[in-house]
Amino acid sequence: MSREETAQLTPPVNESRDNIHGSQKAPVTLLEYGDYECPYCGQAYSIIKNVQNILGNSLCFVFRNFPITQSHPHAQHSAEAAECAGAQNKFWEMHDILYEHQQALDDKHLKKYAEVLELDKYRFKNDMSNHIYASRVREDFLSGVRSGVNSTPCFYINGLRYDNSWDFEALVKTLKSHIKKLA
Amino acid sequence: MSDTQSQQQSQTTALQPGITAPDFTLRTTPDQSISLNQYRGNPVILVFYPADFSPVCGDEMTLFNELLPEFQRLNAEVIGISVDGVWCHLAFSKEKNLKIPLLTDFEPKGEVAKKYGVYRKKDGITERALFLLDRDGIIRYSHVSPIGVNPGADGVLKALESISQSKG
Repeated sequence: MSREETAQLTPPVNESRDNIHGSQKAPVTLLEYGDYECPYCGQAYSIIKNVQNILGNSLCFVFRNFPITQSHPHAQHSAEAAECAGAQNKFWEMHDILYEHQQALDDKHLKKYAEVLELDKYRFKNDMSNHIYASRVREDFLSGVRSGVNSTPCFYINGLRYDNSWDFEALVKTLKSHIKKLA
Repeated sequence: MSDTQSQQQSQTTALQPGITAPDFTLRTTPDQSISLNQYRGNPVILVFYPADFSPVCGDEMTLFNELLPEFQRLNAEVIGISVDGVWCHLAFSKEKNLKIPLLTDFEPKGEVAKKYGVYRKKDGITERALFLLDRDGIIRYSHVSPIGVNPGADGVLKALESISQSKG
């Protein structure tokens, strides 16, 4: 997919608020706007895992929420559950469980996943029922809109929207070319 | 985004900022029609899209639907228009859970799209185009995307915020 202008990530990756896997000092940063109930994001999940395995410390991966709630009834609560887990330092563990169980994202299952991850269940329950992280999820969504997200998953490489194929080979090739530039 | 920038991005004969948007009345359900002039007094975003159910259109309308609270916060109305018939629109709305009214530019086919300069005669569908009208019905933003590219909502949202601020 091409576009007549290059959309820029707004705001840029911020260590104090973003969910970041890897070091921001890595030569290439891949950011995804994703929805836990989106089947395409589910496909991208396993691709990204493989890309991370190949690129190792050269890659910094960032995830922001972009739940399409009118189409995906469990997307919002799933995003909040991941942020609740993040508050207990287990964002990526919850992120992975959610993408590995996309067919079971109702509240009952979210609670079960919190138990599997041995989260503080009272805190998780309180944070979920009071929607403590709903505003954060919305902030992510609106930042995505301003960054020009036009579907999910939507990727940004070093702050610029990546509009080409996100299959494994294409992603690795593109990310490696960014790494080489800095080598 | 400035009017000049949005003009540069329009690749067709799409109506440009500064022009009064042509009025129209189109069906939205088998027994209900909507006229553009009934929205006078509020900003209106017209989303012309090629076809119900095609993948990019689905993404585009889903995104605008999801953003409806933001547009409503700025008192703007959002209207989708394609050449599909009302029954097709109803099925599409139901599948995507759309809250945005979809108007059918079905008979005479593409008449409204032609007035806005966004009809693709060769293909018999509308361009993928966005227009922002201010509360007086003047076009303030005009954007035509390549047919296979979802424009996103960043451009029209910025333009809407800009006219909302300028009106105080």
